[in-house]
Amino acid sequence: MKKVQFNSYFTQYFFVAPQLIIILIFLYLPIAQTFTDAFTIQDPFGFGSYFAGFDNFRFVLSDPTYVTALKFTLIFVFVITFFSCSIGLLLAVQANNVIHGKSIYKTLLIWPYAIAPAVVGVTANYFFSERLGILYNFFHNLWGFNWYENIYDSYIYVFIAATWKQISANFIFFLAGLQNIQKSILEASVIDCKSSFRRFWTITFPLLMPTTFFLIIINITYAFFDTLGIIDTTTIGAPSGETKTLVFKAYIDGFKGLDLGSAGAQSIIMMLIVLIITIFQFRFIEGRIHYN
Amino acid sequence: MLQSYPKIFSHLILISGILLMIVPIWMIFASSTHSNSTISSEGMQIFIGENFFENYDKVLNIRGGFYKEITASSMLINSFIMAIGIASLTVVISLMSAFAIVYFKFKLAVPFFWLIFITILVPLELRIMPSYQVVSDLGLTNSYAGLILPLSASAIATFFFRQFYLSIPNELLEAAKLDGANSWKFFIDFLIPLSKTMIMAVFIFMFVYGYNQYLWPLIMTTSEKYWTVVMGMKMLNIRSSVEGYAYIILSMLPPVLVIIILQRYFIQGLFQSK
Repeated sequence: MKKVQFNSYFTQYFFVAPQLIIILIFLYLPIAQTFTDAFTIQDPFGFGSYFAGFDNFRFVLSDPTYVTALKFTLIFVFVITFFSCSIGLLLAVQANNVIHGKSIYKTLLIWPYAIAPAVVGVTANYFFSERLGILYNFFHNLWGFNWYENIYDSYIYVFIAATWKQISANFIFFLAGLQNIQKSILEASVIDCKSSFRRFWTITFPLLMPTTFFLIIINITYAFFDTLGIIDTTTIGAPSGETKTLVFKAYIDGFKGLDLGSAGAQSIIMMLIVLIITIFQFRFIEGRIHYN
Repeated sequence: MLQSYPKIFSHLILISGILLMIVPIWMIFASSTHSNSTISSEGMQIFIGENFFENYDKVLNIRGGFYKEITASSMLINSFIMAIGIASLTVVISLMSAFAIVYFKFKLAVPFFWLIFITILVPLELRIMPSYQVVSDLGLTNSYAGLILPLSASAIATFFFRQFYLSIPNELLEAAKLDGANSWKFFIDFLIPLSKTMIMAVFIFMFVYGYNQYLWPLIMTTSEKYWTVVMGMKMLNIRSSVEGYAYIILSMLPPVLVIIILQRYFIQGLFQSK
């Protein structure tokens, strides 16, 4: 906070009010409703509802399809984060390294950031459709790729679509991070270490940790939430529910299945997962970051 | 300088990266300029065909939905209204609340800060059903307000502005106070002009975010009149024909152009907010 401040009672509330009102109505009210839903069981025919304690949670956690979705989501999060960060970092390091054409490279690499996940999904659909899809045919000739029936092939399909979409976001942030590193540190390191490869891992990469830390959170939220549009336009869970993410499953159960109790419980479990990941990140990774 | 391996490798890696990004979209575009029979017999194309105007004209005016009330061009307009609505509203309310948090002796500053911090953990996808309920209780389904308000209930932008205000030297306010500026004058004449780049960056970010929404418009628009381009893809049954390709290109064009043309502001904003 600032040392010198204004001290007008009414003005401060006036400035805070619009956001506060919108957040209360459109965020906290639904969250409260989520908790109510999660602890109630609705009569399927609409004849009232009753307090159910943790029954919805028990039901969700003992459901094998939920465990499948949980496993898939965790693999999904890991694969997307790892590959899109790696490729984004590789490209950012190279873009930071060149002198000629830097801004053209930058422009040509960041635009996919603006494409909607759902549009990426539909695009991927054309490449992976059975008869005319180029990637479908290519992989099919290699090992008999068939995502309609094979679980791992359907994984590959959504992994490729979701990772492709996220590369440019990682590229932008890594490039920004690289450009924030002081040149003098890097120049000094050239004297100590001849190998540019080792210099990168011992000097540049540790200095990039704040960016990496930030990007890991961004990628986790992306993989959890934003990929819903991709799943819904690519496999829709095919072969038989193995490529449903937790969010996608909650949406299907809540909106298509009209099981509000289950959807509410699933939402709360997801909030807990995201909260735990965030706390874990702050405690275990933040402590090891070198800020310059 | 810091060079120890030839730059040519960097260029090669960058060019492969660009090809990885451009080739798929180029093939969608090239295919969108061919005739239906070419696509259905030969599959996707690499070279431009002859049906560019015909296909795009068709897809812009194609009538979709059960009542045939909507065309792709009106969906584009809806998407623009939604995206600009979300971006403007978010910028205005976040600028204001960040100002209140940073520049006022505010008893509730800390609780309010946490109140908005939590919003980052609860994206719309997590509260989609109850949000739908709230919006329908308020009678806002099938309205622009219903499309815009729930998506503006996020506080990420407030953080960006808060960080930015905190980086502004205290002397600015001291000087402004000496000149007799009250909070309004300080906000409008000093802070807003200083925040221009940040405002642009947040606006672009929220525009892309709003335009690209899929699930929310999908569930809350039961009337075809309010369909947006991104969700309309699911509703129009054109995937198997050449119009599907043209539709993809049309739907991604506005946010991609925004990012390409305004990338300078977007990236500068990211730098400042670190």
